Amino acid sequence: MSDITVSGVTPGRIERPTSTAEVAEIMRAAVSAGESVVPTGAGTKLSWGNPPTSADILLDLSALDQVIEHASGDLIATVGAGTPLARLNEHVAAAGQRLALDETVPGATVGGTLATNTSGPLRMLAGTMRDLLIGVTMVRADGVVAKAGGKVVKNVAGYDVGKLLVGSMGTLAVVTGATFRLHPVPQSRRWVGVTAHDAAHAAELTQAVLHSQTVPSGLEVDATADGLRVDVLVEGRPEGVAGRTAVLKQLLPGAEISDRPPAGWGRYPWDDTSDRHLGIKVTFRLSGLADLIEAAGELGLRGSAGVGVAYVAVPADRDITEIRTLLERLRETTGRHGGSTVVLDAPQSIKQQLDLWGPVPALELMRRVKNEFDPDHRLSPGRFVGGI
Amino acid sequence: MGLTPLETLIRRARALLPEDGVITDHARLRTYECDGLAHYRVTPALVVIPETAEQLAAIVRCCAELQIPYVARGSGTGLSGGSLPHAEGVLVVTSRLRAIKEIRREDQRAVVEPGVINLDVTRAATPVGYYYAPDPSSQQVCSIGGNVAENSGGAHCLKYGFTTNHVLAAEFVAADGDRVRLGGDAPDSPGYDLLGAVVGSEGTLGIVTEVTVRLVRLPEKVVTLLVGFDSTDRAGAAVSAIIAAGIVPAAIEMMDALAIEAAEAAVHCGYPDGAGAVLVIELDGPAAEVDAEYADVVRFCEETGAFEIRTAKTPEERFLIWKGRKSAFAAVGRISPDYIVQDGVIPRTALPEVLRAITELSERSGVRVANVFHAGDGNLHPLVLFDDAVPGAGDAAEEVSRGILDLCLQHGGSITGEHGVGADKAAHMPKMYAADDLDTMQLVRCAFDPDRISNPGKIFPTPRLCGERPGRRQGAHPLQQAGVAEVF
Repeated sequence: MSDITVSGVTPGRIERPTSTAEVAEIMRAAVSAGESVVPTGAGTKLSWGNPPTSADILLDLSALDQVIEHASGDLIATVGAGTPLARLNEHVAAAGQRLALDETVPGATVGGTLATNTSGPLRMLAGTMRDLLIGVTMVRADGVVAKAGGKVVKNVAGYDVGKLLVGSMGTLAVVTGATFRLHPVPQSRRWVGVTAHDAAHAAELTQAVLHSQTVPSGLEVDATADGLRVDVLVEGRPEGVAGRTAVLKQLLPGAEISDRPPAGWGRYPWDDTSDRHLGIKVTFRLSGLADLIEAAGELGLRGSAGVGVAYVAVPADRDITEIRTLLERLRETTGRHGGSTVVLDAPQSIKQQLDLWGPVPALELMRRVKNEFDPDHRLSPGRFVGGI
Repeated sequence: MGLTPLETLIRRARALLPEDGVITDHARLRTYECDGLAHYRVTPALVVIPETAEQLAAIVRCCAELQIPYVARGSGTGLSGGSLPHAEGVLVVTSRLRAIKEIRREDQRAVVEPGVINLDVTRAATPVGYYYAPDPSSQQVCSIGGNVAENSGGAHCLKYGFTTNHVLAAEFVAADGDRVRLGGDAPDSPGYDLLGAVVGSEGTLGIVTEVTVRLVRLPEKVVTLLVGFDSTDRAGAAVSAIIAAGIVPAAIEMMDALAIEAAEAAVHCGYPDGAGAVLVIELDGPAAEVDAEYADVVRFCEETGAFEIRTAKTPEERFLIWKGRKSAFAAVGRISPDYIVQDGVIPRTALPEVLRAITELSERSGVRVANVFHAGDGNLHPLVLFDDAVPGAGDAAEEVSRGILDLCLQHGGSITGEHGVGADKAAHMPKMYAADDLDTMQLVRCAFDPDRISNPGKIFPTPRLCGERPGRRQGAHPLQQAGVAEVF
């Protein structure tokens, strides 16, 4: 346990609460002692973001791992933040349901997924954490327990504080529990995959699928040294899926149909556990795909072409000047296509020499939100945009 | 002679806006005194109708400088008094900001100004094979800006989500008059999801002056069914069977006998005679998928006792089925001089129990209630009927209406699914949320609008004094202490 770091910063100590009340107690003690707190689940993304300016307490929430409620008739589930996504899905699968979120890093918890807003191919069908979260229990930086949202999918009473917490990297509050809307598990799934000749061809195939009426659950592109693939996931009833894959085969000449996902489906193009790569996330308008594939060049890219989100792995042994040049090239390209380029993860020595986030519009307003929620900057200080 | 702040604002507004964009005449001001919730009325001190985002931002900047409250208003169709004016404030009307700036098929996006009418986005996108999914019943008149403020839903949000799931970016005028971009053309902008907080904030955080929305590909096939049952219980059982089978229809709407009677009287939609309940079920998607689901849906309806299943064969027939449902609110005007439109949410599975409780409430009080609801997601719209000419009838109706909200909360639901809290339900917020929950929401308010000049007095019964450190409370959340919830 002692070799755990938060982006290279070794925490003073680890606390492992077993309930929301204990989290509140720890937070109140931290207020009294003037200590900083970094929440974590399974720790799969502790190396993401800026190094914290201070990490007195690593707040390990992995013991908050119960499925508290699963109301299958209402298609909702409430779980502790430390629950692994996979376990939640195992639990609700018994009723033919799922939380339609991909586990992009093995072992990731609900809370960690919420804090980093990670997503995979299924976001084309159901969106991301922000679209599936309907209620949240949190402990604020001052130790106060509060909730937002509720247990029904449709609810516009008050502000949607849950959305603010999604992707906030543990800088606003400690999420201890969450309620989700679930989706039915489809009866049938098929992948339709095809090789593209080049970036323009991949973009053309992608556009053909987008404008079809086949309603894919995922539309992915995978550009590697071995070539360029476009893969489509179709889910539904067997007879529906058969009809839709037939249409896709016509749109994607030479396509193969499989009942198994292609290699790397829903995983980042870098090795999850190594520090041998920089992991970069790029976002873009759908029409920007070809330019992004070109900009990534021989490094390749993998991601949700049907949504405008992809990932690029950069070997960490590259010269820093080269890395900077690549980052600039990606930022220029994503900027041109209405998106952004964020360095999710990188070895510490490299991270310190890069701007991880790039330009962040409305940063001043974000600082004001941080200052209201966490005026002492106790929670994950410095890990997020603009040193928040 | 020093001018009052309001006089200063009027003078500046006249310099900024065309002549007919500044209204100070009392008789004309009165035409803006309410939104769709007509029993709340306040005459604003001033109405401005900017023609550009720059003008709107300049007005807000003046308001901030002079500490004059402002309220934004789109089409004024809101049902919770969200754009109820402030007596000492300015009403900022967005109806002239109505350009559809871009329809980009290849990006599946549209860029619109806030005054654009909801249905017009779909009309503009349909020629290229797309549409805008959120469809409140008022979609022929309500504006996108209002939809953003209220996080509007509609009949099809069971499958497609709400406004918040379809808005990707916005140009936003903060309460100090600063213009910032929230979100982006591409997903997952770095930083906090401020847009997620702004959507549904009912105009209390600022005003959007441009909105980028997601467009959805038109489905290959749409099938609309009208199914008659002798009771709401049986109709509810059909809904449960459909959901349990893993089918997510585009819409499942239910109406009870009284609502059917009203719709029939108003628009002659030809709903089944003598039905105790009807379901309007719509399936959409790839043809092969819809056909498979359709067979199952028909079977479930038959198994749960449907006495009539009608499938629309033409667009006209589909239109007529929906006309009955979408005109339901206005239609009760045919069978009652006055009515209250309620909007509450329950977990869908509590439907039979809650409907029975509403019937009991109605029988006990002698107040008639017509029920219309989005059965798929448990969003109820009971219409509480009364005659204001009868002494005490209004109060009795109010009491029944409040009782229905209490029922929703008792079953773990919400006091509003799509109409918003506004001026109407602020007093109910403490029943749904603990003080600390409301306090946490107001941290957002303090970040965006510390002086509380943007639509003050809405949503929250007691405003937080921004900048104050909340008193440190000991122990657990009240609901935890009561043993009601560990977390939810």
